[in-house]
Amino acid sequence: MATTSSPPTAAGQAAPTRGGGRLQQLDWRRYIIYIGFVVVFAAFAITLGDDGFLSTNNLLNIVRQSAIIAIIAVGMTYVIACAQIDLSVGSTAGLASVVTAMAISSYGLVAGIAAGLLVGLVVGCINGALVSMLNIPSFLVTLGMLGIAVGVAQWITDSAPQPILDPTYNLVFGGGNFGPVPGLLVWMAIVVAVGAVGLSKTRFGRQVLATGGNRMAADFTGVNTRRVTFSVLVISSVLAALAGMLYAGRLESGRFQWGSGDELSAIAAVILGGTSLFGGSGAVIGTFVGALLIGLINNGLVLAGLDTSQQQVVRGVMIILAVALARRK
Amino acid sequence: MAQTPEVSEVAPAVRMHGIHKAFDAVRVLTDVDFEVSRGEVHALAGGNGAGKSTLMKILQGVYSKDAGEISVDGRVVDIRSTHDARAAGIGMVFQEFSLVPTLTVAQNIFLGVEPVSGGLIRDREAEARAREVFAQMAVDVDPRAVVGRLGTAYWQLTEIAKALAQDARVLIMDEPTASLARHEADALFELVGRLKERGISVIYISHRMDEVFRIADRITILRDGRRLMTERLVDTTPAEVIEGIVGGAVEGEMSYRRRAGHPGTETGAPPVLELREVTAGPRVQGVSFSVAAGEIVGIAGLMGSGRTELARALFGIDPIRSGEVLVRGRAVRLGDPRRAIAAGIAMIPEDRRAQGLVLDHSVRDNLLLPLLGRFRAGPLVDDRAARAEARKLVQRFRVKVADDSKAVRRLSGGNQQKVVIAKWLGTDPSVLVMDEPTAGVDIGTKTEILETIRDLADAGMGVVVISSEYPELLAVSDRVVVLREGSVHRVLDRDAIPDENSLQLSVQGA
Repeated sequence: MATTSSPPTAAGQAAPTRGGGRLQQLDWRRYIIYIGFVVVFAAFAITLGDDGFLSTNNLLNIVRQSAIIAIIAVGMTYVIACAQIDLSVGSTAGLASVVTAMAISSYGLVAGIAAGLLVGLVVGCINGALVSMLNIPSFLVTLGMLGIAVGVAQWITDSAPQPILDPTYNLVFGGGNFGPVPGLLVWMAIVVAVGAVGLSKTRFGRQVLATGGNRMAADFTGVNTRRVTFSVLVISSVLAALAGMLYAGRLESGRFQWGSGDELSAIAAVILGGTSLFGGSGAVIGTFVGALLIGLINNGLVLAGLDTSQQQVVRGVMIILAVALARRK
Repeated sequence: MAQTPEVSEVAPAVRMHGIHKAFDAVRVLTDVDFEVSRGEVHALAGGNGAGKSTLMKILQGVYSKDAGEISVDGRVVDIRSTHDARAAGIGMVFQEFSLVPTLTVAQNIFLGVEPVSGGLIRDREAEARAREVFAQMAVDVDPRAVVGRLGTAYWQLTEIAKALAQDARVLIMDEPTASLARHEADALFELVGRLKERGISVIYISHRMDEVFRIADRITILRDGRRLMTERLVDTTPAEVIEGIVGGAVEGEMSYRRRAGHPGTETGAPPVLELREVTAGPRVQGVSFSVAAGEIVGIAGLMGSGRTELARALFGIDPIRSGEVLVRGRAVRLGDPRRAIAAGIAMIPEDRRAQGLVLDHSVRDNLLLPLLGRFRAGPLVDDRAARAEARKLVQRFRVKVADDSKAVRRLSGGNQQKVVIAKWLGTDPSVLVMDEPTAGVDIGTKTEILETIRDLADAGMGVVVISSEYPELLAVSDRVVVLREGSVHRVLDRDAIPDENSLQLSVQGA
């Protein structure tokens, strides 16, 4: 028996060698995001060093500006790894910011926090139920929800900003520092760490990847793919709501515009980070660096004195370039 | 291999009794009994539509039965989902593999039952346990390899390991050798033998009679949704079994016959296809051969010999790095499939479902896809002419479909294959390249496809048939090109090949 099984053994030795050769090629592509980050950072450091790019204050600013996108993008990583999409995150953030602000002014701090998170939960459950139970493509469901959430936010506030006068809230949710560390950075670190471990090291994370990689196989293996799909959309919405609450705390008010357009930045961060748009793979750390890179580019372009329209063009070109470089073959 | 197991008092591993199933009033299974003993390899056979897939899907919990009883190891079980089936100890090795390509081998094996501690998955432990399972199977697979980068043989081994890791006592194997080369299939048969010794039962679904007679203990044949017979293979003959499956004498011919139009090389016309020192893709190295009009050239070789890669190069999927391809004496530049089509080369791919068909589109739309340019009425498609052409193709290739607006997905494997062939023949190619044209089809359909290949050659087309099934190659080829390690090892005239064994020897390089 042992001798006769030699053909597969021989082939088995051949396969890894071949894979190894390809792996070397793939490696730099997989780490393109890190390379890109270093290259862009170095370029800005050299050209914009005199404009204060390297000052501690500016570097912390980059982290602050990236933090909220990073939090949304962690949720988006789960959604995209599951081969879905969530376009409603930006307007969910806006809705959560105004609901939190209004609840704080009427019922106090605790009610405000609960109300904000509840917005995420409700939006996520609606998205999740429509996608997983009724099999409506998530693109359409969340595109609809994008309009609904921002519309509701505008409607209930009459388009007016909702100031938040509770100093504790503003301190904890993004406005202040925890010791020397900006609060936003702490929130981001927690979300990224939990998100990274959750996706790569828990059964749930594995089921997300399996559902995105081959839904039928996951089903046949006993993975409840409907529940997994439902769950990733809830996670995404709740994190979007948290992001909205952080906008509100940092800017001491709730506004329906907060978060507008963030879905695109978040998707870009996820794709830059190496998660396949077709599902089945996902890296939260990559997403995190992707978000930082976007923040870095934004910051550099502002320091370089480009106006908003020029910034958008350059940002778009850089994102396409990075994704094109990271593309497999 | 075909020893009969002792008939013992021990309860059978699986017993399906009085199974009925209908889909929308169409009876698919009628009062079917099916029993598998412990440690038995039990073949399940039947033509397309005989009900074997349905019966197995009921056992796997994909479909629910309308009536009847299933027991496993003597205990009546209620199987309502694939989860129930697995819990009952029934494992499946799917014909169309059910692994997650983006995960590793070990991650796939333990998907859903990962070893965890403190809520976190222990991938190391999963890999170690996967290694143990592979060691028991006596095969060598790296548990850390990403499945999507491995070949089909490894996918299958991973599937088997996955079932065994979950304590499956009964394995259902559906056409397990369909995409394996000879030596891989041999390794699989040895593995099945080892599993048997460990008391694991195997339900083996295959169209290949040589395999069935080689490894199975008993066979059950279904026809028209009823059980026709269950017989020990030592008590029956291949002819009897085949007759049982097709329900009468085998139509068509599996033996070679010199066709009237078989071309001699002495005609002055240039060959329809000529390769000169073609090096392409990852494997093909300096390959030269030619195909005359009306000739069928078979390509034989082991998996990895460059068979499939050669087809991909001819069809412009893999780039040709050096050498020349001539069609009707004219050098052509290939590089993408559109150019190949324009040059007169048509290809029937190996994985017809993924590469050849849009499964959710109708038979008609699939047939017309490469032809749309021809039925133009201004900027629009001339619908009436297009429909007429589709009907003609359906008739010419005897696609069994009542209505050509039906989705291709709902056709049987053989009929899907016919649609692929018909689709490309609409473009009137000079050369037709077919990769594994009869993979996974029943014997009746197979002979029809072989007959179609002969008809096409008779009509003046040059045909290249790539196949790992030697009887099929020998049935149609006028010449056989044997590939080894990406190069032409030998070109054999059909007359110079006395039988399957001698071709086998040449391919194996003995």
